[in-house]
Amino acid sequence: MAEKTNFEDKMKELEKIAQELENGELNLDESMKKFEEGMKLSKECTKILDEAEKKITILISDGGELKEEEYKTVDET
Amino acid sequence: MEYQAITVTKLNQYIKDKIDRDEYLNNILVKGEISNFKHHYTGHMYFTLKDENSLIKCIMFKSYTAHLNFVPKDGMKVRILGTVSVFERDGVYQIYCKAMQEDGLGDLYTKYNELKNKLELEGLFDDVHKKKIPYMPKIVGVLTSQTGAVIRDIINVSTRRNPNVYIRLLPVPVQGQGAEEKIADAIKLANENRIADVLIIARGGGSLEDLWPFNEEIVARAIYESEIPIISSVGHETDFTIADFVADLRAPTPSAAAELAVPEISEIYDKILAFEKRYKLDLKKKLELNRLRYEKCMKSRVFSEPLLHINEKYIEIDGINQELRINISQILNKSRNEAISLISKLDTLSPLKTLTRGYCIATASDGTTINSIHNIKKEDIINLRFKDGDVGAIIN
Repeated sequence: MAEKTNFEDKMKELEKIAQELENGELNLDESMKKFEEGMKLSKECTKILDEAEKKITILISDGGELKEEEYKTVDET
Repeated sequence: MEYQAITVTKLNQYIKDKIDRDEYLNNILVKGEISNFKHHYTGHMYFTLKDENSLIKCIMFKSYTAHLNFVPKDGMKVRILGTVSVFERDGVYQIYCKAMQEDGLGDLYTKYNELKNKLELEGLFDDVHKKKIPYMPKIVGVLTSQTGAVIRDIINVSTRRNPNVYIRLLPVPVQGQGAEEKIADAIKLANENRIADVLIIARGGGSLEDLWPFNEEIVARAIYESEIPIISSVGHETDFTIADFVADLRAPTPSAAAELAVPEISEIYDKILAFEKRYKLDLKKKLELNRLRYEKCMKSRVFSEPLLHINEKYIEIDGINQELRINISQILNKSRNEAISLISKLDTLSPLKTLTRGYCIATASDGTTINSIHNIKKEDIINLRFKDGDVGAIIN
């Protein structure tokens, strides 16, 4: 599973693992392995969400270059 | 078959449904002359639009009348952009006007329709070119005016759905002279610098003139060529600018655009937790199943009394030994007796026995025994065997 897969693919993978575990064909060892894989992946997903950080910015272009500044809506300034 | 009569209400509803479903009637451009115009105290305008030989009822709600740049009067020639629908109570169809303009200014509408048809033929509106809106965009880009309710609504809705949302506002003028170039440039700039994973292009309600930049070809092409998926929300819910047709997704309002761009984070957390629960439950079930199987095995007597099995085997072996011994001795006895009886029979029959009783065996010179006088003739030399030896003899 390439590290760079996007969030949506990770969520789809979580669903796939759940189904594999549920369809009951896996023996105990395979189930254990799938379980760990699933838990690791779900932790990865929550980590992505936790690490996101609120940013509301405004891009100002001066001469083609884009400068990014914090953006305060009128009532916040 | 006795015909079932439908009620008037049902009939009107049916007619209304028929008309509402007609794409063409949803966004129709009509010209004609105003007559018996009434500006109701509620702010809504009621009038009829007529030409030489027919007329149609019209209504313009207050929210739209605010954008008129002229005061409508009976006898005025106007062009109207609106939706045809049915007022069920009176069983009357009428035009619900969204924009109205003195006919002299017809050019904007014709330009709108011409450009719309041209781009449509070129396939800029086709679904096949619509890009998928990312499920979880890291950055949401917004192209709208720096001030005003639009950006505020978008920020409020987005942060409500995802407290850690990352929004980048790329301010653009949303009306007035030259706005279209600036909007198109902003879209190109956003793409060159990959400022976001999804772009929202939005502006609030307005008259046809106010929304006009979003009906310009330059904006339409910029949207079409954008690598980044674009959600558009221009004007009121019922306004459809060309930008809306070209965009990858059209939202009725800026807030709706934010909802389409930013997923509800709490839902995603719940989903992930739900998966973890499912994993734990499944594994628990699997472990339980295997534990039961293990216990069942352990309960079996093979384990509880391990020696039992071996002892059984011992008994079996002894039993078999016993049988073997019996069989063997029986076989031995039997064969001994047989041997004895055979020997004794042999004895009685043995030629030696008869010899001892004084007989002898005559054999010819070639060794064959002679058992009849016819087999010999005079002068033959024969051999006689006595119990204690052989002699030769001549027949006389």
